[in-house]
Amino acid sequence: MRAGGALGWLQQALPKLVLAPSFAAVLLFVYGFILWTIYLSFTRSRLLPVYELAGFDAYERLWLQPNWWRAVNNIAIFGSLYIFICIALGLLLAILLDQKIRGEGFLRPVYLYPMAVSFIVTGTAWKWFLNPGLGVEKTMQAWGFSWFHFDWLINPDMAIYTIVIAGVWQASGFCMAMFLAGLRGVDSDVMKAAQIDGAGAFSLYRRIVIPQLRPVFLSAFIVLAHMAIKSYDLVIALTGGGPGNATELPSTFMYSYTFTRNQMAVGAASAVIMLMTICAIIVPYLYSELREKSA
Amino acid sequence: MSGAASTNPAGSRTASRIIIYGLLAFFAAIYLAPLFVMIVTSFKTLDEIRDGNMLALPREATIAPWLAAWGSACVGLTCAGIKGYFANSIAMVLPAVAISTLLGALNGYVLSKWRFPGHKWMFGMMLFACFIPFQIVLIPMARVLGLLGLADSTAGLVLVHVVYGLGFTTLFFRNYYEAFPNELIRAAQMDGASFFQIFRRILLPASGPIIVVTVIYQFTNIWNDFLFGASFTSGGNAPMTVALNNLVNTSTSVREYNVHMAAALIAALPTLFVYVVAGRYFVRGLMAGAVKG
Repeated sequence: MRAGGALGWLQQALPKLVLAPSFAAVLLFVYGFILWTIYLSFTRSRLLPVYELAGFDAYERLWLQPNWWRAVNNIAIFGSLYIFICIALGLLLAILLDQKIRGEGFLRPVYLYPMAVSFIVTGTAWKWFLNPGLGVEKTMQAWGFSWFHFDWLINPDMAIYTIVIAGVWQASGFCMAMFLAGLRGVDSDVMKAAQIDGAGAFSLYRRIVIPQLRPVFLSAFIVLAHMAIKSYDLVIALTGGGPGNATELPSTFMYSYTFTRNQMAVGAASAVIMLMTICAIIVPYLYSELREKSA
Repeated sequence: MSGAASTNPAGSRTASRIIIYGLLAFFAAIYLAPLFVMIVTSFKTLDEIRDGNMLALPREATIAPWLAAWGSACVGLTCAGIKGYFANSIAMVLPAVAISTLLGALNGYVLSKWRFPGHKWMFGMMLFACFIPFQIVLIPMARVLGLLGLADSTAGLVLVHVVYGLGFTTLFFRNYYEAFPNELIRAAQMDGASFFQIFRRILLPASGPIIVVTVIYQFTNIWNDFLFGASFTSGGNAPMTVALNNLVNTSTSVREYNVHMAAALIAALPTLFVYVVAGRYFVRGLMAGAVKG
């Protein structure tokens, strides 16, 4: 009787016991660590953590750093251009590929492969590509375009745009895949009906197809925004944050202040700001996604 | 296809086809250019790189840069090539992928088929973990790895990748098992099958596609990771990506671009191989990453 009871209890509890280690790990390593970092951001930690609270000291110092302002400014430029161009280019490529193209099976992976390779790898190629005197500039001049100059990589005002170029190159194929999947899901009867009514290709897409892709736009925006804020190896591989600090992003700022400049509390504070930014985008999205499912 | 369609349908159709194919080919060339440049450069001599066009094929192809990258190039102060770091990455990625995939499968099984009050909250919390910027956990993780004696070790990186991969693997399997008919589970329960028997005999045999997706996704992410590798390792224990970055930035008098490109290609080979062999699944894997709830 008692053994049966224990066994029965085990049967009941087994699923929870199986889930428990993973959930405990997430609770500790994600949520525990988030609280830990938030706590550190209210201390005066420098090389090592100290646990004496110092109020908003680190946040005040953070927002007094011209470097941080530069990083915030850069993420605004990089993020908005990166998201906009990736979505526009991804949608364009998906629509082009959707025209019953021969060789789609070849083209799709060509657009998508950059996603499979680390930026530390392709950054090596991009750095060379964009290097004035070696890459595109030299090639164009060798072809007779002697007036051609392209020095964005070493120009502090333009370097952030080279990050956009390389970032778009890496992620736009992924957007294409999302939009293509969305296009394949559009009701073909509606499209045929519209074509019979004499709608041209352009108005067909503008009036009927693209409005139906709204969920894909949302998903693409969420994923890209989140990737933009996390972008780290992109900058490290391409510019190392330079020239000067021209391509500093919050991700590189956090790393250098925490691990090389011995300003741990300021680094933690910058990480908290990054988390808050992502939360503002992700939490409403997850909330609506999960709530929809229960309805 | 649009305005002119009524006057000259055949002609404008041909024109629009030419534009479509032209654009697609143009973009394909741009997407392939960096890979192409890497490949041709890795087979050139330094003299040829300095004098020649970066898009030109090598005049005298040489595999010396590849041999140097593998066995003798300098990463920081040691000049033994990248082979050791390649081995580090293999030793990191195999257990990390295996463990996180297995745990994800079990978690997905519980969260879709053995629900209990609060399962939605648990899933939501694990899902959110996919999206955190990793900067928010770097400092505590560095401290904890130190306390556990796992700082600067492959085992430490395995732990990190398993923990922060759990959200994704759980999401993939949970969504996949969600569509699996509950009747089969219930019938097996009637027959007295236990929790693990149902998992092993009924769900696992049907899990091929999602296992492939998850393995490819995790393999690519973990192999390509740079942030964790750079934060938690140094010197000889670093993974491939960190070593490659150090190799490229090691200041010597001569920048050996051909060796850099060969090393970068060696670092890219495993994920490119996986991608070419299982590209179709990779697309699906990326799509699944876009959170379908």
